Amino acid sequence: MAGSTKTNITPPRWLLAELTYACPLQCPYCSNPLDYAQHSAELTTEDWKRVLTEARKMGAVQLGFSGGEPLTRQDLPELVKHARELGYYSNLITSGYGMTEAKIIQLKAAGLDHIQVSIQASTQELNDHIAGTASFEHKKAVAHLVKKHGYPMVLCVVIHRENIHQMPEILAMAEELGADYLELANTQYYGWAHANRDLLLPTQAQFIEAEKIAQAFKEKVTGKMKIYYVVPDFYEDRPKGCMNGWGTTFLTIAPDGVALPCHEARILPGLDCPNVKDFSISEIWQESKAFNFFRGDAWMQEPCRSCDEKAKDFGGCRCQAYMLTGDMYKTDPVCSKSPEHGLIQAAIDAAAATSQLAENEKPLIFRNSKNSRNFFDKPGC
Amino acid sequence: MSINPNQTISFSPLHRLQWEEAQQKHVILYPEGMVELNQSSAEILKLCDGTRNLTQIVSALETTFATTGLTKDITAFLEVALKNGWINQN
Repeated sequence: MAGSTKTNITPPRWLLAELTYACPLQCPYCSNPLDYAQHSAELTTEDWKRVLTEARKMGAVQLGFSGGEPLTRQDLPELVKHARELGYYSNLITSGYGMTEAKIIQLKAAGLDHIQVSIQASTQELNDHIAGTASFEHKKAVAHLVKKHGYPMVLCVVIHRENIHQMPEILAMAEELGADYLELANTQYYGWAHANRDLLLPTQAQFIEAEKIAQAFKEKVTGKMKIYYVVPDFYEDRPKGCMNGWGTTFLTIAPDGVALPCHEARILPGLDCPNVKDFSISEIWQESKAFNFFRGDAWMQEPCRSCDEKAKDFGGCRCQAYMLTGDMYKTDPVCSKSPEHGLIQAAIDAAAATSQLAENEKPLIFRNSKNSRNFFDKPGC
Repeated sequence: MSINPNQTISFSPLHRLQWEEAQQKHVILYPEGMVELNQSSAEILKLCDGTRNLTQIVSALETTFATTGLTKDITAFLEVALKNGWINQN
């Protein structure tokens, strides 16, 4: 085990409950694991209630119901009610697909605090293409209903090469839908997005242009709408302080009950991620190998080990280091101090070269069970 | 943004003010976020219930804590709260 001493373990504050990997959409940047189809077992309602109770007792207060599409779980209102009784602030992270006005009312009565609706683009054609499902008009209708019933609404749009040119129209759409918060999430290259990176990564010029437009809009809507801008770390020279530090704040429970320090950590080899069916949340958080693995900084190699910024970014993202270098202990190559920083430019160049190809030469791999089966038998939890 | 002293102040329906036993403090909860409050901030926000204006909030707190001269600090905090959307005036 690589972890350091247990003396500084802080309690979890955020619980991400990935209720299911089932989803009617097929977004090619989905953050679910590529091999999700081999983890199809799901926790029962009683398992989830116990997880919520135990994590709340430790201090978790923000709760995300996510997936997959969480609305496919028939027990969602029951779980929301349980969460409210425990005092969680509950966020529903949904594609809007399958949402009805009756369900919006039912969830509100059960105590749901907030609904985040994702939209893939500002036009029906592109939205439905990226989602792999005709869903654009319904999503907009759902966004209106969320506001009608008094929820705060976050509109989430994942930004990539296919929609980045729509930034002005995306901002106008957020305004028209009455979003209280707009999350402009530049694609993070994990899961399906990693597999499709050559087709999704925009150029630096595109990023700069889009960011400029978003920044001007942010000033215009101050006091009315808040903008969460998720930075594109491939164009940064320092890595993100991933998960606010490993095992410090975030607890993800995957649909099959596997507990993860971040929702991508399933790909890392040798963590032996524990399952909530076998251990309590307290045992998992305090004692498990997985949650202690990258706690503190004793695991770090150079240049992180002697870096004066290591307490700020924790060496960056372990999953990104693993995916790009094959070694999860290395410095996140996004960092310009990484000896392997050149991998980032190589990825940018490969994406630029791919943009010259015709669409049928290298098609997007959509996130569905058929495609998922091609990724079975990889290491990890 | 500044506080209109004559209008009543309400806590935003899009946020939640809550005591957190694990943290031994009040917090403001909102979509995917949390602000931790010190005791005086929490005491001010608890009085933002739509029935009191600035003067009445100051007077209530000065009575509770048997002190005077709180106007400036309370106004400054409520302006921050208004800017962050934690409170509304209608």
